[in-house]
Amino acid sequence: MNDFHLAQVNVGRILAPLDSPQLADFVAQLPGINALADRAPGFVWRLVDGEGADSTSLRPENDDDLLLINCSVWESVEALREYTYRSDHLKVLARRREWFERLADFHLALWWVPAGHRPTVSEAMERIALIREGGEGPEAFTLRAPHPPPSGVPTA
Amino acid sequence: MSSEDAALEALAVLGDPVRRGLYRHVSGSPGEVGRDAAAEAAGISRSLAAFHLDKLVEAGLLEVSFRRLSGRSGPGAGRPAKLYRRAEGERTVSMPPRTYDTAGRLLAEVVEQAGLDGELQAAARAAGEAGGAASDEGSDPVEILRARGFEPFWDGGTLRLHNCPFHALADQFPALVCGMNLAGIEGLLAGLTGGQDWTAEMDPLPRGCCVALRAAEGEN
Repeated sequence: MNDFHLAQVNVGRILAPLDSPQLADFVAQLPGINALADRAPGFVWRLVDGEGADSTSLRPENDDDLLLINCSVWESVEALREYTYRSDHLKVLARRREWFERLADFHLALWWVPAGHRPTVSEAMERIALIREGGEGPEAFTLRAPHPPPSGVPTA
Repeated sequence: MSSEDAALEALAVLGDPVRRGLYRHVSGSPGEVGRDAAAEAAGISRSLAAFHLDKLVEAGLLEVSFRRLSGRSGPGAGRPAKLYRRAEGERTVSMPPRTYDTAGRLLAEVVEQAGLDGELQAAARAAGEAGGAASDEGSDPVEILRARGFEPFWDGGTLRLHNCPFHALADQFPALVCGMNLAGIEGLLAGLTGGQDWTAEMDPLPRGCCVALRAAEGEN
């Protein structure tokens, strides 16, 4: 078993409120796509809000009512890649611009966490800040250019 | 040897029509192909097929693995069969030199950055529809997809596509390029007289094109 797992955070600004007709298809597909993640090979954990179904009620930035966050942990880069691009999740991904604004800056980040660690919203947002400030690196990277897990035993 | 010379040498091996037929048969098959099946498909003897298949392996166009087809193992199970599949690498030659892949990558990068997924899908749908309406390959979606390099095969009632013609770009920009491809295929079906009863959707397998098609009752 790996000592480190891959954490993923992704923020997206929806084009209209979640209860609007424009977002209806997205909201309708969310339970299925989350269930697919939960049973995907290599899935470890995903961030959920108080009600426990998904993270759509969380707002990572206080003054932004339309900014959603999605954060999860996977056993490997390959597991996350398979789910993201080689499952029904791709159906939703290909329609992202019908529901989400294009963000000019980095809107996602990956980083390695000790196995068992569950990232918090603020921790995840720090990784986005990190990649926005310094670009891709071992502390915050993307699927396009993944970094290997740290060598040695986690200290956290 | 330059990469162009290497590609030319590999491709020269395909100059022989029998060999080319074998390559296409193996390449378009979703699984691995044995010598007997390849020989039968090409209408030649097993030993001639073996000769040509091994030439294709030498050229790096096919890869080999060994497996017992009977499912038996241990003493008396016989020698494992030699099985062939398409090699992974891509080979491109253009005379004179053209690098449309570089342009494609840059264009995709900019379209992605600009968030123009919807516009790209609309263009792909329109191009697919126009291409379907003007197709020289008849009106059967299976044959048209074959002619366009998708290598279609039936998986029960589902038509799957063994080859992704946009592989490297789809790998780098999956949401953008797979969305474009689906829209293009949907447009193609809309433009074909024989495509009206078909539906296409994303249903990715571990390899190949992410789009799967289904025909209305009675088409298969």
